Amino acid sequence: MSLLIEICSWIFILLGSFLLLTGSLGLMRLPDFWSRLHGASISDTGGVLFLILGMMLHVTTIWVFFKLLAIAIFIFISSPTASHAIANAAFVTLGYKKKKGERK
Amino acid sequence: MFYVATISILISFILVLVRLFLGPTLYDRVLALNAFGTLAVLMISVVGFLFGRPDFLDIALLYALLNFIGTIAILKFFRYKEIGDKKALSRKKAQ
Repeated sequence: MSLLIEICSWIFILLGSFLLLTGSLGLMRLPDFWSRLHGASISDTGGVLFLILGMMLHVTTIWVFFKLLAIAIFIFISSPTASHAIANAAFVTLGYKKKKGERK
Repeated sequence: MFYVATISILISFILVLVRLFLGPTLYDRVLALNAFGTLAVLMISVVGFLFGRPDFLDIALLYALLNFIGTIAILKFFRYKEIGDKKALSRKKAQ
């Protein structure tokens, strides 16, 4: 049973680290602001979810579990809201420019 | 295994910082700042587990609150050029 929990925790933490690296690489390398927003959202949702799930399998007292749950719930509410606010502000001030060869 | 998470978060910090210094527009920088704050929350929690002191989670929760408020405040400031309620602004203009 302890080995099973250990293996599950390894899988969650490795998956979360991979998603964090993917999102940050996308935030740095993608060509456009709107696609960079997508890269930042990956690491904000997937990476946070899997890392906190991996940490939840390691708790010893119940209060630590509830603190982790509070962090996860708050980040899941606040991070898409912040992304939406940034996208809305950029859309209002900069506008969306069509590239050549793009439909409509 | 928390070493793996710590190292990947550190590499992500560097990548996000490159975008923050390089970003062509203001909104790229605000986006990178928001991602940096989320990474800092994760870093504080992971380091707390790594050193066997999960009390650090309180600080991580506080940092998550501050990060959200900071992003919204920066966006509001650059949109309206003032942080305050609109009624007070319009009253000041009318006088």
